[in-house]
Amino acid sequence: MTDYILEMKGITKEFPGVKALDDVGFKVRQGEIHCLVGENGAGKSTLMKVLSGVYPFGTYRGEIVINGEIQQFRHISDSERQGIAIIYQELALFPELSIYENIFMGHEIMNGIVIDWNETILQASKVLERVGLELDPATKIKDLGVGQRQLVEIAKALSKDVHLLILDEPTAALNEDDSENLLNLLRELKEQGVTSIMISHKLKEVVSIADTITVLRDGKVVCSLDAQERQISEQEIIRHMVGREIENIYPKREGIEPGEVIFELKNWSVTDRTSRREILHSVNLQVRRGEIVALAGLMGAGRTELALSLFGNVSGYEITSGEMYLNGKQVQFKHPSEAIAQGMAYVTEDRKANGLILIQDVKFNVSLPALSKLARGLVVNEHEEIIMANEYRESLDIRTPSVQTMVGTLSGGNQQKTSLAKWLFAEPSLLILDEPTRGIDVGAKFEIYTLMNQLVEQGMSIIMISSELLEVLGMSDRLYIMSEGTITGELAVEDATEEKVMAMATKTGEGVAG
Amino acid sequence: MKTEPVNAVSQTDSLGTEVKALLLGNIRDYAMYIALVVIFVIFTIATKGLFLSSRNLINLVNQTGYVAVLAIGMTLILIIRQIDLSVGFVAGFLGAVSAILLMKGWNVWLVIPTVLLCGIVVGVYQGFLVTKIKVPAFVTTLAGMFIFRGLLSLVTAGTGTIIVRNRTFLQLSNGYIPDLSWGARFDFHLLTLLIGIFLVIATIYSQVRNRRTMQRYNFQTTSTVIFVTKLVSLSALIMGIIWIMASYRGLPWTAVIVAVVLVIYNFVLTKTRFGRHIYAIGGNTEAAELSGIKVDRVTLLVFASMGLLAALSGMLYTSRLASATPTAGVGFELDAIASSYIGGVSVSGGVGRVTNTIIGALVIMSLTNGMNLLGVDISFQYVVKGLIFILAVAFDVTTGNRR
Ligand SMILES: Nc1ncnc2c1ncn2[C@@H]1O[C@H](COP(=O)(O)OP(=O)(O)OP(=O)(O)O)[C@@H](O)[C@H]1O
Ligand SMILES: [Mg+2]
Repeated sequence: MTDYILEMKGITKEFPGVKALDDVGFKVRQGEIHCLVGENGAGKSTLMKVLSGVYPFGTYRGEIVINGEIQQFRHISDSERQGIAIIYQELALFPELSIYENIFMGHEIMNGIVIDWNETILQASKVLERVGLELDPATKIKDLGVGQRQLVEIAKALSKDVHLLILDEPTAALNEDDSENLLNLLRELKEQGVTSIMISHKLKEVVSIADTITVLRDGKVVCSLDAQERQISEQEIIRHMVGREIENIYPKREGIEPGEVIFELKNWSVTDRTSRREILHSVNLQVRRGEIVALAGLMGAGRTELALSLFGNVSGYEITSGEMYLNGKQVQFKHPSEAIAQGMAYVTEDRKANGLILIQDVKFNVSLPALSKLARGLVVNEHEEIIMANEYRESLDIRTPSVQTMVGTLSGGNQQKTSLAKWLFAEPSLLILDEPTRGIDVGAKFEIYTLMNQLVEQGMSIIMISSELLEVLGMSDRLYIMSEGTITGELAVEDATEEKVMAMATKTGEGVAG
Repeated sequence: MKTEPVNAVSQTDSLGTEVKALLLGNIRDYAMYIALVVIFVIFTIATKGLFLSSRNLINLVNQTGYVAVLAIGMTLILIIRQIDLSVGFVAGFLGAVSAILLMKGWNVWLVIPTVLLCGIVVGVYQGFLVTKIKVPAFVTTLAGMFIFRGLLSLVTAGTGTIIVRNRTFLQLSNGYIPDLSWGARFDFHLLTLLIGIFLVIATIYSQVRNRRTMQRYNFQTTSTVIFVTKLVSLSALIMGIIWIMASYRGLPWTAVIVAVVLVIYNFVLTKTRFGRHIYAIGGNTEAAELSGIKVDRVTLLVFASMGLLAALSGMLYTSRLASATPTAGVGFELDAIASSYIGGVSVSGGVGRVTNTIIGALVIMSLTNGMNLLGVDISFQYVVKGLIFILAVAFDVTTGNRR
């Protein structure tokens, strides 16, 4: 008999109109790495929130047993006291504060009534060492990359003497190196006796790291697979997750020949006004009708900045040189509204931060960029709006109780589909997708890829910014590789290999100031 | 995960569950109405019925007027996550300007639009600082507080209190709509009653029509019983208020003015693109901007509208007192902000309705009015209002209503 550090029995959690968890049984063995997988909206995050006391005892049915004792968490602090730490899908650090302040935020080391900063810094360096971050603890969070921030989150958890670490999609925003780093850290922590539960949509990682894999579907446990006994394949997990086989997750496009050039950038250079640093250096780019062009590269290569500077430049960058042509005309957009009017759309990389209005419902969000299409004069026709939103809900299979449901309560994948719907409603001719499948399950990914194919077949052009190499190679017709604000290479997809792309993505542009 | 329509009412669903869902879904609104009723009951008992007399209720309406229009403007400001602290003194100053212009012999029909225009100018000035120069609204309007307080003292310095004698102008906050010539033979105000009847019919008509359209489009609607109950109680409420006014001297002009402002603002917020843009900015400014909304322009317009309403409020107050005083407008901004929050505007922006703000204003002003009747010391009044205010917001925050 193995001893379980955690047993959840018969957990049922309902939201108005949605049964997010339905009689879920979930067991985690002492000292293992347990991966939780499942489609968007399967209930993974909800299960972890029940476990950590975000949804307090009494708002769900079922039992939580930790080390043989039944627990009734009323608050996150209750579960923290039992050595459980949860790192959410969205990071919760204070960017303006230092690493050590962040690590001990909420459980400061006291000396009488004042904070003992010396001890704090000392302890902070110790946990930083444990997570393998060789940084001055006084560094501010805003100066760190996403991968490093993720490690700080883990350091914070470790500083609380954690036995059970829960990570909700920790690698969703990380590049391959940082992800590998993080997985290694989890392995090390396992050696030290820390049990981890990790939610992830990246099945490659799951297969490589998991001791046990539990698959959730529609709020129920489909199966728990023991990966120590035998090697589990990605295909097998997918089959359990979506209930069918997906042969090739990058669907084939029927041979369409890209048409004339509809978008072109010449010598596009951009400077950030506050830091006076040039962030984009003479970017040249072409997109044809009906073509998917990928912008590959590592996180922080300047691709999002490029998209923002084209799309009405809301960050207020200074465009020091360059010309932009759309449908044969030279254009310059002072505001996103002008870009939208000319047939451009930009699906942002971070749907929560700047893509969606979470406190509004699905229809509100979908209609926002093209409200005038639903308006007679200034007045919005709400009936037409609901009908339109329902059409997109059906065609994109957005899983929501109704189009009047608050977007913030939808699962990640369905939020992503909502932000796609919003821009499709604006009927663009050039669609810029920034990390379109981040945090999205394989099934939904497949649907989004299929949709992209349909769109280009209808004559739309797509610029896809993606840090996932396989996605870039699987979906694009042509790719540009960016590094440090410079285009370091252009490849037709037939000539592209992972090695070539990685080599270009890590190349530092010559003569480019860091 | 099962996805079932949230509000769908299947045949098997009992009325009870629907009522429960309705109550739960709107708990915030009901709590506010209940609070208002409780305040009314307490003051009625404490004043031995004086509070509920027609005379005092009309008084209450006229008092609420100048706060209500400010609160409506403030609601928009707060929804887009800004603040305007200057409105009290702007109202005081522009009220004084109107008094001076009248004293100089300007025609009242020229004075009113001129002062309203001045209000817009003030609003545009502050909105410009906030959107173009990027000075935070708190700072901009705090400076505004100094400036307009100073200007108010300056213009009233020579004369002290400026008396207003213009009849028409005084009607704004003290007058009643005229009655029909053949209404004289009744012992109630005929036109007021007719307006009431018209309002009830219009309400029923629009509600029924809206329900029909919803059904035609196959949308979920509430069950017939609840729909009828709602209509009947709404009509009863309208007729009750109208009857109190009709049996006294009729509908006060203030009520008419507030109603017009309310209807316009409610329409703009709930039905138009501009309204959507306001909620979008409040919900997530960055996402709104990237969706093509000109955040700066909307913000500027919202500040301009605030200035306009501050001017209106100032004139209503001047009319009410029949004079402009150096202390006019003191504390109005507090009442306006409190009204909005009591009316359910979210402390984190993006949520709020002007119709509820009016109820919030009623709550605040019934407290003022009732405590004045009881002769409660003004200092103590502030304490009570502050407590009610914080209670309302705390309620919001804990019930997650602030979303
Ligand atoms: N606060 C809430 N109110 C209403 N419904 C909710 C709420 N939180 C989650 N849900 C619903 O519960 C279901 C499960 O959501 P959950 O976030 O657990 O999914 P998930 O498996 O973590 O998905 P993802 O992989 O997209 O993050 C979804 O249908 C979601 O819409
Ligand atoms: Mg999740």
